[in-house]
Amino acid sequence: MHEFSYEAPTTVDQAVKLLSADGDSARIICGGTDLLIQMRNAVRKPRLLVDVKAIPEMRQISFDPKTGLKLGAAVPCIEIHENQTMRKYYPGLTEAAHLIGSLQIQSRASIGGNLCNSSPAADTSPALLALGAVAKIAGPNGTREVPVEKFFTGPGQNVLQKGEIVVQILIAAPAPHSADRYIRMIPRNEMDIAIVGAGACVTLDGDKVTAARIGLGAVAPTPILAPKAAEYLIGKKLDEKTAERAGELAREAASPIDDMRGTAEYRRHVVGVLTRRALLGAAERARQN
Amino acid sequence: MPGNGDDQRVHRLSRRAFIKGAGAAAAAARLIGAAVPLPAVEVADNSSPNPDGAIAERLGPGAVTIELKVNGAARKITVEPRVTVLEVLRDHLGLYGTKLVCDRGACGACTIHLDGHPVVACMMLAVDARGHEIVTIEGLGTPDRMHPVQAAFVQADALQCGFCTPGMVMSIAALLEDNPSPNIDEIKRAVAGNICRCGTYPHVFNAALAAAKSRGAKPKGGNA
Repeated sequence: MHEFSYEAPTTVDQAVKLLSADGDSARIICGGTDLLIQMRNAVRKPRLLVDVKAIPEMRQISFDPKTGLKLGAAVPCIEIHENQTMRKYYPGLTEAAHLIGSLQIQSRASIGGNLCNSSPAADTSPALLALGAVAKIAGPNGTREVPVEKFFTGPGQNVLQKGEIVVQILIAAPAPHSADRYIRMIPRNEMDIAIVGAGACVTLDGDKVTAARIGLGAVAPTPILAPKAAEYLIGKKLDEKTAERAGELAREAASPIDDMRGTAEYRRHVVGVLTRRALLGAAERARQN
Repeated sequence: MPGNGDDQRVHRLSRRAFIKGAGAAAAAARLIGAAVPLPAVEVADNSSPNPDGAIAERLGPGAVTIELKVNGAARKITVEPRVTVLEVLRDHLGLYGTKLVCDRGACGACTIHLDGHPVVACMMLAVDARGHEIVTIEGLGTPDRMHPVQAAFVQADALQCGFCTPGMVMSIAALLEDNPSPNIDEIKRAVAGNICRCGTYPHVFNAALAAAKSRGAKPKGGNA
């Protein structure tokens, strides 16, 4: 690894100043599970690492039944999985966090890091899309909020400007009778990158769907929403048949590529399967809420 | 670096000298980590950084002296910010039980405990470990006082080449702290990040189940 300096500020302001001053040669480190590999491979060569883990608001999970969730971007995945509020109100996002790498990786990796690394195959991104999550970003010109569906601009790329940091991830409190679910397909049982990831969040009124969102990973240059599939479900009963049809519509949203993990054709097929399963899983949870 | 107390590179010779037995003896040595005689431990002064290890000052790119808590002892080392915890353990502190294999977080051979959670030492900068408790395989148990998981691995013959073994032991020890009576799926999940090329997994699972049972008899377990 190349030489670099390291600093661990304790406030967002300090971190923003450090990142602004060093411009393109400074980089945020959180768990480091993506960044250190990129640095070893000389893909990135930051001269300064700004460690954000000592910033209290980035390490907290706070939930209010009215205003919803403020998830610190630097909270490690293992703390999310161990958090009873996260398990209860956002089970789909929690299971996505619990699928990243190994437990060793989950002890370090964060959802904010997963978001900012902006891999098309990031496990938590489809779950965040399904929940309608918003990134709260601090920067030299103050703070702004960007919905996750507008956050990604390409593989490994996002809207963050020089000096900007994702401080928190904001998610609305779940509506009554709503729930989320995340499922992915990987070529082996553990420790791999998704061929397809599907996140779904549905709200039910009796049998009928009143709101639905579907997020897909690893099937486009960025994680994407499948809005037509979600719209199709509104007002319908969510069962095997309608879930199957929603899966077909989700396939149309995908524009996958061939790679060593799977062909585009296979991925498109799996989008349909996982969308159906994620929807049915979310509905089953929603009925219990 | 001369004159820096702990910070003397330990020669591999002492480790080689230790692992000189054959058969079961050698296997047991691998299992508990090579018990290299350590340099004198410096006692920490109490002016350590805040609990998060945060020091709002710029470190590096040159070497800086930092303090890490390893196996219950405060250790002073002088390293550049690019040095990983794994490099510190092996090259500075002579704790060779934590294995260097993939050096990219994919194999689990360098699994240690950080504040009780399993982490891979190759994917963590040493400067980032300030203020945290590190436990390595050497801190888990000794040949005379093995941790129940180490003893169970010996009993179940849960190793072949032994290279993945310290990492496996650390992962299972962390699991049992969290979940004293795991089922087989939970055990598989706990070692999913520990790759064994010999394919010893069935014996590893048996060892984990046996360790859980033996700890059940002595609820607190640990190396006491």
